[in-house]
Amino acid sequence: MTSDATPAPTTVTVLVNGEEQAFAAGATITDVVATIATGPKGIAVACNAEVVARSTWGATALRAGDRIEVLTAAQGG
Amino acid sequence: MAHRTTNPNATEVEDPLVIGPETFSSRLIMGTGGAPSLDVLERALVASGTEMTTVALRRLDPTTSGSVLDVITRAGARVLPNTAGCYTAAEAVLTAKLAREAFETDWVKLEVIGDDRTLLPDVVELVDAAEQLVDAGFIVLPYTTDDPVIARRLASIGCAAVMPLGSPIGSGAGIRNPYNLSIIREQVDVPVILDAGIGTASDAALAMELGCDAVLLATAVTRAHDPTLMARAMRAGVEAGRAARRAGRIPQKLYAQASSSFDGLAEWDAHTLEGPAFGDDAGGRS
Repeated sequence: MTSDATPAPTTVTVLVNGEEQAFAAGATITDVVATIATGPKGIAVACNAEVVARSTWGATALRAGDRIEVLTAAQGG
Repeated sequence: MAHRTTNPNATEVEDPLVIGPETFSSRLIMGTGGAPSLDVLERALVASGTEMTTVALRRLDPTTSGSVLDVITRAGARVLPNTAGCYTAAEAVLTAKLAREAFETDWVKLEVIGDDRTLLPDVVELVDAAEQLVDAGFIVLPYTTDDPVIARRLASIGCAAVMPLGSPIGSGAGIRNPYNLSIIREQVDVPVILDAGIGTASDAALAMELGCDAVLLATAVTRAHDPTLMARAMRAGVEAGRAARRAGRIPQKLYAQASSSFDGLAEWDAHTLEGPAFGDDAGGRS
């Protein structure tokens, strides 16, 4: 977490599906999903191996180093 | 569930499959894995008459065109997310929770694999994951071995069905232990769904004849030379096997039992049959 003593960074770098990606500071899960999906239907997001409920995407701010998985249906089973 | 019979005059006996809170008229559950294209998959799903079909949860790839979810919706089936690729209870539980979020369903085909080459289930992790998911309100359909003790354990902790394998996933090796499947059917009160190993329609029919309540298959259809035709064959195989099971097969015997009565059988003198004219007669007396 950023402490009060250091200047606030302007970007935050996270891993999205294994790839490093930079976002503006204050960006949320909603912003991450918007970069790769056309809509929220059929999508689930995990941040650091925990489910991020769709209703909280907009309130979940990214933190540096977050490991985010954006998942959807694939043929299988 | 709407009945899929196309002939309105069909005197089909209602024989619904009930899993948890849902009722199905089809006893064939299709997987979506292995199809060469979404187009082929859609035709196979429709031909199979399935009402429920599995999907895996994978990283979203923005370059992929078309959605397997749209295909399933058009085919009129409900989605059964799986936890394929999970090797631990923790991974499987997280995957099931993500699937619930993505597809808005509490249903999960629970799969916890213990070995890369055989893809056999790790039943220790499986039971652990099943317990956690049942507690979290999921409708849990666990893919398991054909071990009756594990099947009973899974049913007793609240799984909505048990899904023993016939043989390893994708092997097409059929039902290697019909004896165990019969025992499982006798020992659990929830539906038994034969999952994995089906190679052709007779395997599906055998599963149903053994008392399985449904069959789940994918590869046998999606990798067949003609997936649509094989889907139709599987549908017929499941229906035939189910009907045969309900009809009650005859016991197997070592010796023949004549189906024509010996009562009223004509009697002949030996010399009558030796008459020279008999064989010279016009044909048709065979």
